[in-house]
Amino acid sequence: MSDIKKIKDDYIDKLSTENNIEKVNYIKSELFGKNGIISNEFKKLGSISVEERKKLASDLNNIKDELQNKISIKIQEIETKEINLKLEKEKIDVTLPERNIEIGKIHPVSQVIDEISSIFSEIGFSVEEGPDVENEYNNFTALNTPDNHPARDMHDTFYLDNNKELLLRTHTSPVQVRTMLKGKPPFKIIAPGRTYRSDSDQTHAPMFHQVEGLHIDKNINMGHLKGCLNYFIKEFFEVDKIKMRFRPSHFPFTEPSAEVDIGYEINNGKIVIGEGNKWLEILGCGMVHPNVLKNVNVNPSKYQGYAFGIGIDRLGMLKYGINDLRAFFETDYRWLSHFGFDPLDVPSNYRGLSR
Amino acid sequence: MKFTVDWLKNHLDTKFNNNQIIDKLTNIGLEVESFESSTSELDTFIVAKIINAKTHPNADRLKLCDVDIGSDKTIEVVCGAPNAKNGLLTVYAPPGSIIPKNQMKLSVSKIRGVTSHGMLCSESELLLSNESEGIIELKNKKYANNIGEKYFKNTSEKVIDLSITPNRPDCLGVRGIARDLSAAGAGKLKINKKSNLKYRGNQNINVTIKKEKAQGCTIFGSCLIKGVTNKESPKWLKDKILSLGQKPISAIVDITNYIMFDLNRPLHAYDADKIDNEIIVRSSSKGESFEALDNKKYILENDMCVISDRSGVLGLGGIIGGTRSGTEYSTKNILLESAYFLPRSIRKTSKQLNIDTDAKFRFERGIDPLSIEEGLIKASELIKQICGGEISNLDVKKIENYKKTIINFDPFLFEKTTGFNVENKELIKILEKLGFNVSKNKKILKLVVPSWRPDITQPIDIVEEIVRIKGYEHINISEPIKTRLKPTLNYYQKLFHFLQRSVASKGYLETVTWSFTDSKINQLFKENDEEIPIVNPISSDLNVLRNSIFPNLIFYLKKNLDRGFKDISLFEIGPSFKGKNPGDQLTVIGGVRAGKVSRLSWNDKERIVDTFDVKKVVIQSLYEAGINKDDIIIDDRTPSYYHPGKSGGVYQNKKEKNAIAYFGEIHPNIIKKLDIKTEGLVIFEICLDYIRESKQKIKDSKSEYKFSDYQKSERDFAFIINKNFKSQELVNIIKSVDNKLIKSVRVFDVFEGENIPEGKKSIAVNVTIQSEEKTLNENDLDNINKQIISSVESKSGAKIRS
Repeated sequence: MSDIKKIKDDYIDKLSTENNIEKVNYIKSELFGKNGIISNEFKKLGSISVEERKKLASDLNNIKDELQNKISIKIQEIETKEINLKLEKEKIDVTLPERNIEIGKIHPVSQVIDEISSIFSEIGFSVEEGPDVENEYNNFTALNTPDNHPARDMHDTFYLDNNKELLLRTHTSPVQVRTMLKGKPPFKIIAPGRTYRSDSDQTHAPMFHQVEGLHIDKNINMGHLKGCLNYFIKEFFEVDKIKMRFRPSHFPFTEPSAEVDIGYEINNGKIVIGEGNKWLEILGCGMVHPNVLKNVNVNPSKYQGYAFGIGIDRLGMLKYGINDLRAFFETDYRWLSHFGFDPLDVPSNYRGLSR
Repeated sequence: MKFTVDWLKNHLDTKFNNNQIIDKLTNIGLEVESFESSTSELDTFIVAKIINAKTHPNADRLKLCDVDIGSDKTIEVVCGAPNAKNGLLTVYAPPGSIIPKNQMKLSVSKIRGVTSHGMLCSESELLLSNESEGIIELKNKKYANNIGEKYFKNTSEKVIDLSITPNRPDCLGVRGIARDLSAAGAGKLKINKKSNLKYRGNQNINVTIKKEKAQGCTIFGSCLIKGVTNKESPKWLKDKILSLGQKPISAIVDITNYIMFDLNRPLHAYDADKIDNEIIVRSSSKGESFEALDNKKYILENDMCVISDRSGVLGLGGIIGGTRSGTEYSTKNILLESAYFLPRSIRKTSKQLNIDTDAKFRFERGIDPLSIEEGLIKASELIKQICGGEISNLDVKKIENYKKTIINFDPFLFEKTTGFNVENKELIKILEKLGFNVSKNKKILKLVVPSWRPDITQPIDIVEEIVRIKGYEHINISEPIKTRLKPTLNYYQKLFHFLQRSVASKGYLETVTWSFTDSKINQLFKENDEEIPIVNPISSDLNVLRNSIFPNLIFYLKKNLDRGFKDISLFEIGPSFKGKNPGDQLTVIGGVRAGKVSRLSWNDKERIVDTFDVKKVVIQSLYEAGINKDDIIIDDRTPSYYHPGKSGGVYQNKKEKNAIAYFGEIHPNIIKKLDIKTEGLVIFEICLDYIRESKQKIKDSKSEYKFSDYQKSERDFAFIINKNFKSQELVNIIKSVDNKLIKSVRVFDVFEGENIPEGKKSIAVNVTIQSEEKTLNENDLDNINKQIISSVESKSGAKIRS
């Protein structure tokens, strides 16, 4: 027995200083292999007395457990060490750049159109569209602006034929005409889109964007118009309070007509919307003229309502501090990257209009 | 429309101060553009203080002064005055100022090697006295707090500039503006003094208005004023004319202009001695001509309204007079004209001849037809007063009588339209002050519209009058009604938004470019579409509507490349025009990508952009927008601006005529023609209008969730096949062997060259096989393998590679 104990102590010593996995495995087979030292001791059990056997077997099992335990701990120890060593060698410089990121952007005009659509969607408006090329009738005549009307001079029109029959729409109002002609009241639409005037300087571009609004029903009055625009402007500029002023004006297709100014001030060279004592004109609106309703087969004694037209580019410039209208359409990579919006920034009510 | 407050007060008794008047004007729809003094050349001279006067480094007699002019920084001025010293208050003239004495314009200049920004002035230079020894010494007491302010007080009266909407011709005269203000409670309209003018003799130049179909004149009033002495206008009149921003000419011309702006009553004065016998108002014949007062010769078309005598055209009625009968200082006898011309005729003629005058502007908007006599009387009075002379009886010829406009107005319409109520009493008061004649018939008001308001024809016009005078601030805000009539967006509008953001999310910057383009670039992309020229383009390089989304995209791509960007991905979503009629347009996404992928990457191999980069964008975006994967067929028919061998079209159906998308390399000829400097250029386009709306809603397709739990097997095959054989067909042949069992086929290798016969290629595919009913055994799989090989070999002429 003492022999075995000695063997055990020797091996325990050996194992505790051993660091090579192969040598540990060799020790393992030396002890527990087919002709291993411990294995052989177990074989001897058969040839001794029952009394002795019981005692010896128990001791032997204890020694076996102790050695096996020591071996497996050792193996694990060495393996862990090896893995750690391997991982250490594999270490990379994670501050190296990632694979090239390609970042796309949504143009501010598109973003603002989506913001506007989202706001009006909340109060039940749907989106309509119309063609960029219009006939003279839809753009002017049906909108109560006959040929000899001086109001036509305010629209520098691009024409596509010498008879001035075909033109690029000068405003989005012809969508009103198209919408009402193809349907039956009530109507509750907005129509964003491209518009054109042959006008080009620092503050005018030959192409720009407008959004038209139209709400026709049985009892829609100027109070509703005011309420709708008040709601829109507050939502759009994401402010709690807005200073707004309705001022009488004239558009042939609305009566009474109004222009809407919002209050602003210049603070540290930046424009602050909703405060201050300066006024900025941002849109035109009014009650749809009975002549227009007649032209689109809507009975003005039964139905009435309002229409408005807002310059989209200008709203975007005000909200996002863009100074130059012309830059919207010049496709400068730097400008698009700077003023563009992330494609995941979809304006919505529940997630907020803008980040 | 410009006028001074003083002028307004000729017509309006008011206690309002200037600011109150300005606010009131804007509140009743007469928008104030500006309210300021007319600028003067003397405005630039400002009070300044010498902070430090030291000797000029190169000249003992000159001084170098640091001058405080009221801004952040001091200015350095070289000065020769002996009295320039520290702390002196004086007058400074910045560069650009005009020195009154010699009318010289100052500029930044170097004086003996030192730059001088402007000048310090002496009294003589400013024509204040003959003192030229030194610069002005201003008294500390008076000017110490005025540094930076104008030295000369601008004494000219402030001018109000109104922007008058086209429906309000009556407010193109000061009296009309005064009337509106009085209706709005800003004062009382003064009553016109009765004229006690004495007439002598008859107007003996015969006037005829010819009765013609196109006659543009319906009333022609006139009088003769004999024995006048034309001269410079008196100061009060000159000031009025100057406040309008116009130049005084002579008393007679200034008086007619004054009446026009005062009463909105255009007049014309002829030198009566230059008229050949009689006045004939008639339509012109093509080819007639005359020299107008703007010193231009006009050649007329048919049917323009002319005032003529026996020798020919004197002038265009209501637009511009002619030089032949113009008044001069020597003019002794005047024929004064006060007429009514039809707006339509005026507008047509002035457009044809491209003439714009103050008279034309007024007649085309509609002049009060009952103001003929008033105009003649007011002007004659002034002429007599200033130039003397005797006035004949008035002669008024007409071919049409004025008809009153009468409107029956139900006051309820006001509340129905505006949402608030105004008492009948107040409503009537407003209308009467505006010049309406009001009588009541039960609840209905019978309104006679004043003759100066041609814009008012129906009840809604009355609502506008009342609400604008009452004030828009009285309109109550109603909370928005949230009722929805139909979904916000339809299928194609949703598709627009999905695809727009889907393409952007793949690294493309969205741009918005003009709908018009340069015909020379458009030419390269227009295929068989007709060119759509713009009759009046903004410039010759934006002269056609774009037939394709690409001309502008390519143009701006080149601009960005020229800016030094190498790797560019741009896209636009917008119209492309197929014809010149409304609706002949398609909504298209166009994308361009230039340069390299993974440029200067430390771990990825950089490569030039290729067709499969854009194919990925197209296909993935279409999937993301909900286009069914299995519906898509790729073909190699593409428009001619694509590389014929490296481009493809995407179709939703074999029979479909129009591709829903194209992708590929741009044709090398285009790169060459447009001189685009880039390593590679690939483009794609998606045409939204050609995409078929899927009948299945997402809620329906989601509910069809099916999958198989049985084991799936993968098998690889390699075929030797003709080089031109399309991989898509090979995949289809394999799929058609057993649509149920073959779940997917992936091409994982394409190889030509070594060991492959000339004209052939090797395609390797990986096929996934899975049953929904059982686990397939070796036997089943062998069977399918054999079927795949034999099917491919017989249908494509391929050979399995062993």
